[in-house]
Amino acid sequence: MKKILALLLAGCMAMALCACGTPAEDTSGDADSSGTTSADGDTVVIGVFEPLTGDNGAGGKQEYLGMQYANSVTPEVTIGDKTYQVKLEVVDNESSNDKAVTAASQLVSKNVSIVLGSYGSSVSIAASDTFEAANVPAMGVTCTNPQITEGNDHYFRICFLDPFQGTVLANFAHDELGAQKVYCLGQLGNDYDQGLINYFTEAAEALGMEVRSDSFPLNNSDFTSYLTTAKNEGAEVIFAPTSISYAQLIVEQSVAQGITVPLLGPDTWDSNMVLAAAQGKDIDVYVSTFYAEGGDPDFEAGFKEFIKSSDEYLNNNGGNDIIAAVSAMGYDAYYTALEALKLAGSTDPQAVMEALPDVEYEGVTGHIAFDDQGDALRDSAFIKHCNNETGLWEFVTVQTVADAGSDAGAADTTEEAAE
Amino acid sequence: MGKSLQARAKKSSDQKIGSFIAVICLVVLYIFLFLLDNALPSNSTTIMLVTVLKKGAIYALVCVSMNLLNGFTGLFSLGQAGFMLIGAYAYSIFSIPAEAHASVYQYFDGGAIQFSIPESIGNVLGVNAGNFLGAILCIIIGGLVAAVFAALIGIPVLRLKSDYLAIATLGFAEIIRAIFQWNGLGKITNGSNLLRKYTNFDDIQIQVGGMVYKLDTVFPFLIATLSIVIIVLLVNSSYGRAFKSIRDDEVAAEAMGINLFKHKMLSFVISSFFAGVGGALLAMFQTTVQAMPFQSTMTYEILLIVVIGGIGSITGSCIAAFLYIACSEWWLRFLDSGSFMGMEVSFFRDGFRKVVFSVVIMVIVLFFSRGIMGNKELSFAGMVRKIRGRKAAKAAPADGPQGKEDEPHD
Amino acid sequence: MSEFLSNNLPYLLSGISVGGQYALIAIGYTMVYGILRLINFAHGDVFMVAGLIMVYATASLPIYVSVILVIVATVILGVVIEKVAYKPLRSAPRMSVMISAIGVSYLLQNCALYFTGGLPQMYPSIPFLSEQIQIGSASTKMVTIVTPILTVILVLILVTMIKRTKTGMAMRAVSRDFETSELMGIKINNVISMTFVIGCLLAAVGSLLYFTNYTSVIPTSGAMPGLKAFVAAVFGGIGSVPGAVIGAFIIGICENIIKGLGWTTFSDAFTFVLLIVILVVKPTGIFGEKSTDKV
Repeated sequence: MKKILALLLAGCMAMALCACGTPAEDTSGDADSSGTTSADGDTVVIGVFEPLTGDNGAGGKQEYLGMQYANSVTPEVTIGDKTYQVKLEVVDNESSNDKAVTAASQLVSKNVSIVLGSYGSSVSIAASDTFEAANVPAMGVTCTNPQITEGNDHYFRICFLDPFQGTVLANFAHDELGAQKVYCLGQLGNDYDQGLINYFTEAAEALGMEVRSDSFPLNNSDFTSYLTTAKNEGAEVIFAPTSISYAQLIVEQSVAQGITVPLLGPDTWDSNMVLAAAQGKDIDVYVSTFYAEGGDPDFEAGFKEFIKSSDEYLNNNGGNDIIAAVSAMGYDAYYTALEALKLAGSTDPQAVMEALPDVEYEGVTGHIAFDDQGDALRDSAFIKHCNNETGLWEFVTVQTVADAGSDAGAADTTEEAAE
Repeated sequence: MGKSLQARAKKSSDQKIGSFIAVICLVVLYIFLFLLDNALPSNSTTIMLVTVLKKGAIYALVCVSMNLLNGFTGLFSLGQAGFMLIGAYAYSIFSIPAEAHASVYQYFDGGAIQFSIPESIGNVLGVNAGNFLGAILCIIIGGLVAAVFAALIGIPVLRLKSDYLAIATLGFAEIIRAIFQWNGLGKITNGSNLLRKYTNFDDIQIQVGGMVYKLDTVFPFLIATLSIVIIVLLVNSSYGRAFKSIRDDEVAAEAMGINLFKHKMLSFVISSFFAGVGGALLAMFQTTVQAMPFQSTMTYEILLIVVIGGIGSITGSCIAAFLYIACSEWWLRFLDSGSFMGMEVSFFRDGFRKVVFSVVIMVIVLFFSRGIMGNKELSFAGMVRKIRGRKAAKAAPADGPQGKEDEPHD
Repeated sequence: MSEFLSNNLPYLLSGISVGGQYALIAIGYTMVYGILRLINFAHGDVFMVAGLIMVYATASLPIYVSVILVIVATVILGVVIEKVAYKPLRSAPRMSVMISAIGVSYLLQNCALYFTGGLPQMYPSIPFLSEQIQIGSASTKMVTIVTPILTVILVLILVTMIKRTKTGMAMRAVSRDFETSELMGIKINNVISMTFVIGCLLAAVGSLLYFTNYTSVIPTSGAMPGLKAFVAAVFGGIGSVPGAVIGAFIIGICENIIKGLGWTTFSDAFTFVLLIVILVVKPTGIFGEKSTDKV
């Protein structure tokens, strides 16, 4: 009896799941049919491949915000002589490699013309093959690992690369902060952290600096011991290329530990959560990033208004209207994608892919164009400093390749990685 | 006497018919998969279908291997993700093409291992055969390495009682992750960085005459089916009966002359072997390997699939794996997206899918703790019996050797 | 010597402080295990939820009201979990209850993910506890000093309660023998609820201290402290309250010394190696009592 009951219930459950499933299929089918019918009608789909949850959720959401804003400003694009509505189709890759592949397939199945993202390099690398197999071009917005564009024709990116960033930061630590000894701290098992530390170390050692590196395990929240080690080693700068949630903890605990030496962060640290942690405290935080506030007043005014227009956006931006560099990058990425569509003269992914290498666009973060590899031709990074009173970023300097390449060894590393 | 003989004869004829139907279904399934890879047009449904089928097959294997341990031997082990990680790494390390080493191991001077098994075989037998055989060989290596680790860790750990064993294996998986991420082994494991560019499902092709056929989806199914068949044979062998007796009552089993440690070890090593194979397949599916995703969450996910399918049911695990993957990666994605059939639903936002899932799982755990299949098997022999409307068959456990059939639900 | 001390004092301080926080969580594990023979996998997540409640409560309530609210809400959550997820399975095999615990843990994490939207939440600073102090050359938060003291006081109260009061006696009896104590007229359900009340109360206090020190709450915040606290409970001898506390301090201090020695890669792995070694060499832990297998 019990068996029959169990079978019955299991059957019901399966039925319910199927019932859940079928309408979902239908909707996706609808989306497609409207997508395909309107391929000669009026919709073009841009895929957004971002982490909305997981370790990189905060950054991914801010990047997506930039695209959403751009989409709200320019919801249409004229390709050839037809006007298309632009639809953003977002899929969450959960900051995790094992979810990235299915998330990418999901995008491909939505007939996207081009994919933007992702925040976080390893998910981009993991999804790369899926996009390649489907002949869909992808454009990285803030993923800085050199391996993403290496050896393929379909992945492009509009940001600078880790070898460049590592070199820039090492130079900055050496020249501007006058450091001789640096303590590097990254997450164990995170390729972004470890890669950047690697390039930073190479450049720093070429400059004659002494580097000590440590890594902390996943979900670690106690950084006091690491900071004590940094103090005991006599480090003059602490370089911690971590994701935002760890950055917040590191800043907070550095204050508690009475760390007086500057903290140096990469592009991920350019977040209002880091600012919130540092506000009103006695701590020096520098970051290298893609965009400095004040670069384009029109964009900023518009974006701030956009964020304030909805509680959800405000939440996703960390509760205030400070503009993250990744949002500005997301905004530019959207327009670069539109340029590519216009240049291709078609919504066909293949055509877009062929058009992409020739795309040029003057964005709020600077001029965007691609080299042979598919990487952005960017020669400068902004260095910002946290103002502890106002809790805002202050522009410090622009580091360019010329500065970064002043040292022979450092220049070598950039070239090596670019090859 | 004669009556029971007759019944037995009928039963065996049922089984024959059952096996026959099972074989036919398998053949149909493989033809369908083959067509999916080569002939059917690629539209939004087939793209997702292929992805879900591949991942589903891999998860089915991993769940069955966990079921062998948890469901059939009664050892509550939570080390599955650790063994999968070992399998995934062992597989990818040996199948990265030689010229890709410099770029994959860019921080470690090209790494310590400078050859690739698929390539070496490919040099002798041609690229396609090389990829096919090389991949299989590497998968087996992945399984073997996982099995060796299991044997080593099993010596101390298997003496522990149920919940201590769970926590010790969980801890073991964490240790393994730390070791594989350690820069000291970077020349082999690439430290924290991704392993990539190795042979994956796209590379598996066969050449018949002048035509090249892709085996994208067929290949994981092939490996998974083979592995599951081996597990089924094991479960139905005298070893399997020993496992079950250990599960039901350790003390009694020992009294019956079953060597507890030997059998536990056997079950643990075999389960880990197939977890390693599953990990290798997952590596092929993901196209990149990093130690990070192999966390305890992954083990929990697999355990919960096993529970949904029914602890102690191989077909249950298979069905549940396909259902779970299809729901979480495809059908229920709309729960995250904020709109459902064109309606805007405000509470559908990131993470809602997972909440729905965990609620469903809790309901199953609390109210339907037997899962979809309980400890029964879905077998064609049983179905035939049902169809013949024999009342006796209702009570008898449908436990035919052709118990497995992973029907992908569509 | 003084330089050695001033260099290494921070490691020790943070080790003791972390140990204190683990101890408060570990008590919940050890008491539940002692009575129900259940590894309450969800306990670490209850701890995380306590942190989140604090974050949301302080958004609209004054801090002291929030603190009380957090403690009450966490206790209610713990008891509800017991009634809904563990009680129906009391006669089921041990594996089922453990799976249920894993399910609850999964549910809590996913709910937290849903409500926070996956964004790390800033923990509010609590007056006095968040203040900065200077000990020798080491600078730290007040909470670092308060934690071990508060932990020891709470544990002393708890131990006295278990030794002297009627409830405590009932708890001891139930943990010895479930059926017999039921026959003796002890209301099993009340005793079990009480266990969860105490465990969650201490977890809530632990979360106040922990997150004041490490001010960001994410859905997986509870997983690692939870696991380590469990290891501490096993290390000290599961079922024994003083054992859990001593185990927690040892693990907290060892972990930080290992980090100080530069073996940072293996600071987590060490904890688990320790666990396996203890389980193999002396499964009953430091203070555990030997139990025999009944047929």
